[in-house]
Amino acid sequence: MTTTAEPVSPPIEQGPVKRRGAVRRILRGALATRRGQVGLALTLLVVGLAFIGPFVPSRSATEFSGVPYSLPGNGSVLGTDALGRDVLARVLHGGWTLLLLAAISTALAVLLGAVAGVVAAYRGRVTETVIMRSVDIVLAIPQLVFVLLIVSVIGAKTWLLVLAVTLCQAPQVARVMYASAQDICERDFVKAVALWGVPPRTVIRRHIMPSLTTPLAVECGLRLSFSIILIAGLNFLGFGTQPPNPSWGVMVNENRLGLATNYWGVLAPAILLAILAVGTNVFADALARVAFGGERGEETAAVTALELTTS
Amino acid sequence: MTGLPEVVADPGGNTRSDDGGLVVEGLTVVTEGRGTPVVEDITFRVARGQVLGLVGESGSGKSTVGVALLGLARHGLRIAGGRVCVDGIDILSLEGKSLQQARGRLVAYVPQDPASGLNPALRVGRQLREAIAIHSEVLRDGETVNGRVLQLMEEVGLPGTEAFLNSYPHQMSGGQQQRVGIAMAFSCRPRVIVLDEPTTGLDVTTQRRVLETVRQMTTEHQVTSVYVSHDLAVVAQLADQTAVLYAGRLVENARTDAIFRGSRHPYSVGLLKAVPSSARSEILVGIEGRPPRPGRWPRGCSFADRCGNVQDACRHELPQLRDLGDSEPHWVRCYFPEPPVSVAHAKEPVPALSGDRPPVLTVRGVAASYGPRQVLRNVSFDVTAGRCTAVVGQSGSGKTTLARSLVGLHTDWTGEVQLSGTKLSSDPRRRSKEERRIMQYVFQNPYGSLNPRMTVRENLEEPLRYFFNLSRSERNQKVDDILQTVALSTEYGERLPQQLSGGERQRVAVGRALIVDPEVMVCDEITSALDVSVQALLVEQLRQLQVDRGLSMVFITHNLAVVRSIAQDVVVLSDGVIVEHGPVDQVLDHPAHGYTQRLLADLPSTE
Repeated sequence: MTTTAEPVSPPIEQGPVKRRGAVRRILRGALATRRGQVGLALTLLVVGLAFIGPFVPSRSATEFSGVPYSLPGNGSVLGTDALGRDVLARVLHGGWTLLLLAAISTALAVLLGAVAGVVAAYRGRVTETVIMRSVDIVLAIPQLVFVLLIVSVIGAKTWLLVLAVTLCQAPQVARVMYASAQDICERDFVKAVALWGVPPRTVIRRHIMPSLTTPLAVECGLRLSFSIILIAGLNFLGFGTQPPNPSWGVMVNENRLGLATNYWGVLAPAILLAILAVGTNVFADALARVAFGGERGEETAAVTALELTTS
Repeated sequence: MTGLPEVVADPGGNTRSDDGGLVVEGLTVVTEGRGTPVVEDITFRVARGQVLGLVGESGSGKSTVGVALLGLARHGLRIAGGRVCVDGIDILSLEGKSLQQARGRLVAYVPQDPASGLNPALRVGRQLREAIAIHSEVLRDGETVNGRVLQLMEEVGLPGTEAFLNSYPHQMSGGQQQRVGIAMAFSCRPRVIVLDEPTTGLDVTTQRRVLETVRQMTTEHQVTSVYVSHDLAVVAQLADQTAVLYAGRLVENARTDAIFRGSRHPYSVGLLKAVPSSARSEILVGIEGRPPRPGRWPRGCSFADRCGNVQDACRHELPQLRDLGDSEPHWVRCYFPEPPVSVAHAKEPVPALSGDRPPVLTVRGVAASYGPRQVLRNVSFDVTAGRCTAVVGQSGSGKTTLARSLVGLHTDWTGEVQLSGTKLSSDPRRRSKEERRIMQYVFQNPYGSLNPRMTVRENLEEPLRYFFNLSRSERNQKVDDILQTVALSTEYGERLPQQLSGGERQRVAVGRALIVDPEVMVCDEITSALDVSVQALLVEQLRQLQVDRGLSMVFITHNLAVVRSIAQDVVVLSDGVIVEHGPVDQVLDHPAHGYTQRLLADLPSTE
């Protein structure tokens, strides 16, 4: 004991001892809103279908099972496609590659973008100029054109598709993370740690990143919905998944000529893609509103109510 | 005053004469949603030509009371009851047009931030003319708007020249802006003026001029002024009557000299014991704990949890304001008031440190600049081992740049700095791990210096991870020890910084610097964001550390009074140059340089 004063105890009236996990907090907050619930339900509906699909007993997705463009009936729920394959089977099998590729490229894009943005903000000077001006250049090129350029020059390999989508999403993430990190890097606690001689990598990982989880979570959701649409679009244009393998994007392309005969060939994958895109977007929006307080009145009331009931 | 309903004021207040002035009765402000009281049952009375000092620490509700006198409440609050009578007219009962007329004509307001009270896009002359033109009925016969503006300028001591009136607010200094704000408040000849900490952020010399202006205009125009402040010394100097606010209620209200010569409420006594004096070096006594927040007020006395001589009765029922004065009224909200204590005898003197010690940090010929602008020139001084050297100066004197240069946050400097015999490089990357360890820096703002995503324990552990190779249990042990050193219980370890008050956070920040056993600690204005009762606790702790650990300190501050209590040596900086340097008692008792003399003369004091 080196001081005259007795150690002070914290007042007991204070609520929870520890309140951590910004991501968990905004997820919970988002789920408390109608917007978040609807968004998540729509997303889960399509994602569930895509991942359970291959295990559901159905006809073969690549074998011919009837007359091309036959209407539903005769044991086939959604009829057949341009080559006489079962539409339902192809819908069930055609989702998971698309979603997997979208998830991988989103993860890579967020990782790459976050690192680039935060490093630019922390290091400043030349590093900042190089990274952020490159970001500006990539952002100046339209996304789809950029991807098509890479894919059509080098070839339509799957890894390349993922890489291309990653490269065109990462700059958007980088810009958001750069803006958020600039604020954090100026805080005293970051300077204090840097004063001890802690290497920049550790400062970024241990002290800057944890304060950026909120924008990162929102960015993940937003980028995922863009990746899905981008990859489905590329599939439609003939890159990525190649026939006869099923993919929702490919299906829309294959069956568009028979739209008048068996519309389910186009409609079923298109509806699923639309629901998915709307769902992820709405959910990301709900996250953002909770995280950045866009819709103060309703949301905060709901969150407070939630906190009151749990505490 | 036509069109304004007349209300006869109930002369149940506590002034001697019934000559109008300001009468506030039972003023209560609550939150909009649940109606939780934020400020309750405020009753006081101030005569014409007098200044009331409304004192309280942050969160006490003093600004809420201040704006409520204009019939306003901050967003999310509303005035739930009470009366605010100015010359017999109840401001709170006015509505619409008549309320609008009353603001400016009856009650005027001077905000804390002078810049926010003025429109940055308009020339000040135009703003003043506009204020007068709106209430053109205040002009006396034969008086013109321009004439009134010039008269006001003269009264607040500003040049009434065309050039000055044609300048924009940003072209003036903070003190000039604040005096324009005061001129504007007085422009419509109001009966009551509410000044909300108008000198916070101004340096002492400017502050003194602003205070003199307020004092003089109050007397000259027989106006009632309400001066809201957290600074006891300023109130002691300016006010005729002082009201102390604690957790939304008045706890003491009497003539200013009665409060400062013999305060009776334990909270007021505690505050006085916490205020540092520039005349004597005294042991400061802080008040542990923090005031209850609105909605968590106890049934009994709000101060009970922090009070030294609390009794059972205090917790059962809220004490009412009682008049304890002999000749003059002296209202105290306490069952067991303290005997009258004078501020001069409230504190014990600081024991002198003995012996001559070698210097641990020597600074020779340091010059620092920001780009082309030089902010420090030829700065040389020593920091003796186990002593505290205070660096004092007003804003812009370069004191913070000096601190940041020493620790390596500012790299653009030349000169020689030796720490324990080794020369420090201006480039922090060239400093060794040991050099980084033995000099630690504590930031000014406790709200930004701790990682908000880490618990207090993790924050304290962080430097140990980089400087030492300790096992988990050894680290935990060190953290527990350091928490005890800064007088926080180990329960604080599991809390997040945002669950702590400003003073507690600053203690954690000091602990984080201490945990690596530094020889020199550089403290940059570490008490300036804290309330006086909390500042006292921190200063006393640092002084104890000096005694117990032989810690040497560089203490950067603008507050000369704090210097007396903590430092043994003082360096006075002005415009980047050391103007005076020596032992604290010598420099403060017999200042040799004109700058130091002026600083000391302008410093408000509670005595």
